[in-house]
Amino acid sequence: MTLPFSALQPGFWAAAAMIAAIVLCSTAGEVLTAAAMKSIGDIDEIRARLGLKGAIRAVVTCPFFFLGVFFLALAFFSLLFSVNHMPVSFVAPASASLTLVTNAIAAKFFLHENVDRRRWSAAVLVCIGVYFLAH
Amino acid sequence: MAHARLSPRQYLILGLVSVCTPLGDSCLSRGMAHLPPITLAHPFPLIAAVFTPWIILGIALLIGYFASYLTALSWADLSFVMPAAGFGNVVIALLSHFWLHETISLERWAGIVLITIGVGFVAQGPSLTEKPAPVAASIQDEVAPQ
Repeated sequence: MTLPFSALQPGFWAAAAMIAAIVLCSTAGEVLTAAAMKSIGDIDEIRARLGLKGAIRAVVTCPFFFLGVFFLALAFFSLLFSVNHMPVSFVAPASASLTLVTNAIAAKFFLHENVDRRRWSAAVLVCIGVYFLAH
Repeated sequence: MAHARLSPRQYLILGLVSVCTPLGDSCLSRGMAHLPPITLAHPFPLIAAVFTPWIILGIALLIGYFASYLTALSWADLSFVMPAAGFGNVVIALLSHFWLHETISLERWAGIVLITIGVGFVAQGPSLTEKPAPVAASIQDEVAPQ
């Protein structure tokens, strides 16, 4: 199975669209689940106070959580669809490394996290590292 | 209450987030490799694929990942958890080298070093953004006429 790395090669845009679908869906899903978990609070403390059932209830009664799971499910089926057309050694690292960068951007603007120079450097280093590791 | 410094248990949860993902993805890949090509015109084999053994194992590992990932997000920032979770790629590469005796190219060693440095960077910092207390509101309460 060869990969279309040039825009002139047939299949390039289809491959790019498949990767983009995974990246966008997983970024939306992760930001929404992170927002849900932040609104719930430390789940270890909730479990200590209310038990496992109480912790599960706290998570499943949060509407953001279900919206996040919906987007993560879309990302999962996009991944299944993609690995059926392209090798997983390309799809998994490409989507994982791009998602790191889009997550850092989304965390800064939507979750108002302090994405300082240290976190940007970490995201970029891990992103390049994942790319190298896949080759 | 979230903690800026992580406890050993919290490091263990981050480790689970790291390791379950690549193992789950590998199981999914193995399961999907045995299926005929799936097209958007006929997507139903994709639903049937969910009930094959390798896909079930992959899904079980990804559920383990999701549970630990949600736990981690309840006491750490998304921009902290994501790079830390990338360390799983290093674990899998090192396991394949020392356990399965696979050869790791110079490029892959470079990748391992870069990810390790990146995770080291993020692990040195605080795990949670400290939100400022609503000072303005409390000051207004104090200065408000009785």
